Amino acid sequence: MDSIVRKPKIATVWLGGCSGCHMSFLDLDERLIELASKTEICYSPVIDIKEFPRVDFALVEGAVANEDHLHEIHHIRERCRVLIAFGDCAVTSNVTGMRNLFPLQDLMRQVYKDEASPSAGIPSGGVVPKLLERVRPLHEVVHVDHFLPGCPPSADAIWNLLMEVIAGNPPNEPRRFG
Amino acid sequence: MKVKTLEIDGKLVTGGPEETIFQAAWNNGIRIPRLCHIGGLSDIGACRLCLVEVEGQNRLLASCLTPVEEGMKVRTNTESLRRYRKLLIELLFAERNHVCAVCVANGACELQDLAMSLGVTHIRVPSQLPHLPVDISHDRFGVDHNRCVLCSRCLRVCDEVEGAHTWDIAGRGRKSMMVCDLGEPWGVSQSCTGCGKCVQVCPTGALFLKGKTVGEMRKDRSFLNFIVTAREKHIWIR
Repeated sequence: MDSIVRKPKIATVWLGGCSGCHMSFLDLDERLIELASKTEICYSPVIDIKEFPRVDFALVEGAVANEDHLHEIHHIRERCRVLIAFGDCAVTSNVTGMRNLFPLQDLMRQVYKDEASPSAGIPSGGVVPKLLERVRPLHEVVHVDHFLPGCPPSADAIWNLLMEVIAGNPPNEPRRFG
Repeated sequence: MKVKTLEIDGKLVTGGPEETIFQAAWNNGIRIPRLCHIGGLSDIGACRLCLVEVEGQNRLLASCLTPVEEGMKVRTNTESLRRYRKLLIELLFAERNHVCAVCVANGACELQDLAMSLGVTHIRVPSQLPHLPVDISHDRFGVDHNRCVLCSRCLRVCDEVEGAHTWDIAGRGRKSMMVCDLGEPWGVSQSCTGCGKCVQVCPTGALFLKGKTVGEMRKDRSFLNFIVTAREKHIWIR
């Protein structure tokens, strides 16, 4: 297999989440240097790149909340070998999914009209991606290989999981939600 | 007292005639997962997590309610039991709105701990998303029905230890709800003594002390040890 001769390619993705998981990823601190030497980090919110490349491992933060996310997660699934649900929003939909208690129409009216101004418009798609009726965790949309819960997962948890999957081992360290 | 000899997970153990499989296992260092059981209170078999296989029985038995019998052969941790327990936990998560990240009990929650120890990585069943109230009418306590797993520990501690029986379960099936008295807000309950024992035995963030925010609620159950010691050894020490 070609992964023996080349460094594994890693992507980190930010869907419907607060970016807290990425902050935790940055908390790897000096281990980021080690990660950069062991792997090739080729797609991430902190990298200036437009197209999602073919990668070995994709860490996907956030739930699937709008049409862009939906399109993106399918695209990522096609182009990555191992997909990791990164953090509670990706795993359970978490805080992002709390709006699921209300019909989308009511929510939009409340946020853009009732709580703002009666003359304000409700975004209907176009420039701003249209929200899905229901926020969904990744595994409800695509196949997920590994789950890394936590809000956010600690830097140690991220490091341990990455090292395991890069070594080709199934991660078996239990992790709690929240 | 006639002692019974039985086999649990291949280990030969003994149990008193009044003991349950759960107790005999516990006394012999075998930990069966449980959520509704708590030492010092009666058992009701609500959570079904302690289900075990008993040889010769064609169904699973709740070990917290099944008395030990001579020659019984019990298995507590088979592949299929682990699978059932995992699904039970997932069903509990899906039944109500458990958002660990914003829960008062985050980090000290028995549901969270069980999910982790039973290897629950994600919830395979879609969330029911019920609309449930939060009652903060009491001066010092609050109840968030979104986090309730209907274990009824609050009911039992209130009834059996405090003797007030403020809590009870209303409704049936998925519409079941913990209620105070006849469904009044907690704050106007005539029977509640304000002792707070229900808050301390609650396994999740459903019952909490007011003023506690995300991840701050820690439960103190030392009063139950005191009661159990008093009951079993007739010594009143803390």
